[in-house]
Amino acid sequence: MIESYLPIFAQIVVAIVLGVLLSTLGVLIGPKRKTAQKLTTYESGIEPVGAAKERVSVKYYLVAMLFIVFDIEVVFMYPWAVSFREYGIAGLLSMVTFALLLLAGYFYIIKKGALEWD
Amino acid sequence: MPNDYLLSLPILAAAGWSVLLIILEAMLSRAALTRVFAMLGFALVGGLSVIGFPLQGLAFSEMLRIGGFQHFANIIFCLSGLLVVALSEKYLDDENVHYGEYYIVAFISVVGMMLLAAAANMAILFIGLEMMSIALYVLAGLMRRDVRSNEAAMKYFLLGAFASGLLLYGISLIYGATGELALHKIAIAIQTGSASMLFWIGFGLLITGFLFKISAVPFHQWTPDVYDGSPTPAAAFMSTGAKAAAFSALIVVVTNFSTLLQNSPTWSLVISSIALATMVVGNIAALAQENLKRMLAYSSVAHAGYMLVGIAAATPDGYSGIMFYTLVYTLMNIGAFGVVALLESKENLLLASDYAGLFKHRPMLAGAMAVFMLSLAGVPPLGGFIGKYKVFAAAVDAKLTWLALAGVLASAVSAYYYLRVVYFMFMRDPVGEAISAPATSSLAFALIAVAVVLLGVFPTEILRITDAALKFAQLPTQTGF
Repeated sequence: MIESYLPIFAQIVVAIVLGVLLSTLGVLIGPKRKTAQKLTTYESGIEPVGAAKERVSVKYYLVAMLFIVFDIEVVFMYPWAVSFREYGIAGLLSMVTFALLLLAGYFYIIKKGALEWD
Repeated sequence: MPNDYLLSLPILAAAGWSVLLIILEAMLSRAALTRVFAMLGFALVGGLSVIGFPLQGLAFSEMLRIGGFQHFANIIFCLSGLLVVALSEKYLDDENVHYGEYYIVAFISVVGMMLLAAAANMAILFIGLEMMSIALYVLAGLMRRDVRSNEAAMKYFLLGAFASGLLLYGISLIYGATGELALHKIAIAIQTGSASMLFWIGFGLLITGFLFKISAVPFHQWTPDVYDGSPTPAAAFMSTGAKAAAFSALIVVVTNFSTLLQNSPTWSLVISSIALATMVVGNIAALAQENLKRMLAYSSVAHAGYMLVGIAAATPDGYSGIMFYTLVYTLMNIGAFGVVALLESKENLLLASDYAGLFKHRPMLAGAMAVFMLSLAGVPPLGGFIGKYKVFAAAVDAKLTWLALAGVLASAVSAYYYLRVVYFMFMRDPVGEAISAPATSSLAFALIAVAVVLLGVFPTEILRITDAALKFAQLPTQTGF
């Protein structure tokens, strides 16, 4: 049981050793000729502007959360739709209840103005 | 199938009512109205549980186990929710956070508690726990402009998520060891085979998750900070309803594996040690607290320890004692937190010495607070004494006399910090101007105090109900599947 993991373990060891070895060798014996171009964050990319720790409007989080909620709803819809005939009327009722519960939440969101951007 | 709906009617009604509250709040946005409807909902669900008390059985593909025990627990949760909602209004108004959502979230939390107590399957156990906990994290951070409230919510959330992770990992290991998620089927699987190491590790993690929620030592560090920073009524809710729910689930799990646990000296030793440590640490830490909310937080740790003595005893008497204890504790602790919430304003009146001379200004309020404090200390004619007596007596019967003795000594220590509040209220002269509070709330507290006294003087009827409730709960294998 445990022995069967041995190849994976060996591979992990090889990966770690190889990574550390190559990086160390690069630092030790590689030539170092620093130019202004080379020291930029992305040598051939877009110039970074400003700090990374910028404030992001809380509205984005709200939209992201609401998106996830209704995304999850669809996740539940798929397996139900596949076996729609087997579950029959009881399955339909369960799904309608589920959708109605989310609809109540949606109603709440709209009424509280969570979807108004300004 | 129709029987399923009848059995789980209180839970279904509670879930439906929470949706109703959401729609109501969305349409009218009036916190006072939502509050009234939340109280009506608690009364309705509690009433349904009273009516449905004798019903028992497994419902919805053996996902829920409903019996007298669950109904009794539901009544405690609804009582806790009802009292907290009733006592919250002034505090929330003072802090400018009187939103209708507060009541909705509290209601959803109660639905989670009911699911937790009624879980017959570990999936439901987890869903119930999370539903309760996530709602409590929101309540802890309700005062979003207040740094301390934010800190409380963050701490509670991070540590709570960690504990939930442990619990979920435990569930997955138990599933790995036995191949079952339904509790009674796991018990059968364990009986036919022997409990493997994997099962024991999983079981330990599962119990750890519960011990975190009841704030047992060594998983108690979050308690004082969270109770201190949260809105005071929310802290009252966490320390009573959530604790009662975690204990109900603990009793359900422990009784389910009773044959296994009775033959395990390690289990008895571990849970007794945790009970002992919880009582000692909670009481000694409470001695040093000047801030009343922190004092009550450590006192709630200590009370978790007393209740754990009943789990350690592992007899029906012990469990019935815990049920009675949670009922009394719900009343007296919400009373104590409620008085604190009523008197505290912004940053003032947080220390025990601030209550000096309260009796002169507000005799009824001071009298009620004295009853709660004495009952928490376990002074004989009051409800708290009967609760402690029941769990300690069960421990003595289970040959854990040393544990009962330690519990009695620990409550003797606790008398110091409870009586200190009483001393300030009655023996000292008032300093500064009179503490103002609406007169109607004094009456509400007096009623709760009367209930605490009545539970102490006439406990027999309630104890008869808890005994009967417990009989209905124990249906691990004989339900005929």
